Amino acid sequence: MSSLVKNIIRFAVFILLQAFVFNKVPALHQFIKPYLYFLFILWLPFNLPRPGLLILAFIYGLCYDYLVGTPGLHAACCVLIAYIRPFLISILLPQESTELSYAEPSIKSLGWAPYGIYILILAFLHNSLLVFIEWMRFGDFLFFIGKVSATTALSLLLIFITEMIFPRKGKYRTNAA
Amino acid sequence: MKNIILFIRQFFNLFLFLILMISCLVILSNHNKTYQAVFYTKANELTGSLGKQYNNVEYYFELKATNEKLVAENASLRNKLLTSFDNPDTSFLLHRDTLQADTLRMIRRFQYLPAKVVNNSVTQENNFITLYRGSKQGVRKDMGVVSPSGIVGKVVVVSENYCRVMSILSRSYKPSGMLKKGLLTGTISWDGKDPRYITLEGIPKSVKVLKGDTVLTSNYSGDFPAGSMVGTIEKIDADAASSYFKLKVKTGTNFLNVQYAYLVENRLLAEQQALESQTPKN
Repeated sequence: MSSLVKNIIRFAVFILLQAFVFNKVPALHQFIKPYLYFLFILWLPFNLPRPGLLILAFIYGLCYDYLVGTPGLHAACCVLIAYIRPFLISILLPQESTELSYAEPSIKSLGWAPYGIYILILAFLHNSLLVFIEWMRFGDFLFFIGKVSATTALSLLLIFITEMIFPRKGKYRTNAA
Repeated sequence: MKNIILFIRQFFNLFLFLILMISCLVILSNHNKTYQAVFYTKANELTGSLGKQYNNVEYYFELKATNEKLVAENASLRNKLLTSFDNPDTSFLLHRDTLQADTLRMIRRFQYLPAKVVNNSVTQENNFITLYRGSKQGVRKDMGVVSPSGIVGKVVVVSENYCRVMSILSRSYKPSGMLKKGLLTGTISWDGKDPRYITLEGIPKSVKVLKGDTVLTSNYSGDFPAGSMVGTIEKIDADAASSYFKLKVKTGTNFLNVQYAYLVENRLLAEQQALESQTPKN
């Protein structure tokens, strides 16, 4: 399957999964809310140009927003992590070995620890901006910190479960593709 | 000039990021202010039909609970029928005088329109419900929405076949409520924590309030018929700083599995509002 087709399928599946499965889960606690949909942006291929990445993230976030009825909220968070992503990758990756030989970020292509840091930082940024915008008017700082950390922990858990259930082969980039 | 272009090219990604981020925030703030962007109505039509597909599946699992609720409502309506009441004297025949019940002299104030819930959320800060009724069926903005067991919210966006309802589980929606006992009026709000409970504030401490007391909509809430069920009091908090209670109310509507709702149209609301806006200011 080509990378384009695969990402188009992921685009739809992640949005529907978030809107119709994770959003329907009754909240155990006011702090805990499952977010997984932004994994689409983390899994995009390395060789996507940066403006393309930003615009794709914007469209992706806006599609999700119109489904759940909060236009602009999640789009802002997606644009933020899409902007930070290339910086993180260039810090975390030994340039010549991985970026040339692997197609997209995964445990295989980055290794456990760098991939964990990559996900942790982006999930944390995404959730803090999300909670920050939601709570801008209310200003309870303890609530802000609690909700961000609980949501991020749950996101990390979900992402690693996803990685276990759907192990992606560390596909090599070839000249033929 | 060349330097400016070079500068922009060098920081192109940063500028693109800022432009996209600002447009996100503009969309968000506009949405919160008006709720009626033309594009949003179109998007509502699309996501509404998607929500309907999802609800077809979800509805099946809720069939039993929904059925029970409808049966309970039928029973309460039957109890109100004239034929359910008997006169103490059996030789007394009840004649209904048709002249007395002249329909020309009755003024219909509230009209109900049943609607199917096709999308629902309880986990956001502001929760919305999508109903499968729209402008083609006569839904208008600001109509109230009630379920068989309590009030739900009010209509904020209408498209041709769907409408979006802001539920009482929203921080920015504060309808007026009252205690059934004593008819004292207060404000209903939601703290964003638990979808089963809302808060009633503004009841003075001088009143005796008990756990389990009924909360109804007040006469001031034009969207709902006065005396519609809101919920029952679950916990009484005496706020030490003020002379008012903070009452935790269990909602009559179970927002976790609401499947049917009624749109309520107050036909005299426009007249009332027109009159109120004419009142001299000083």
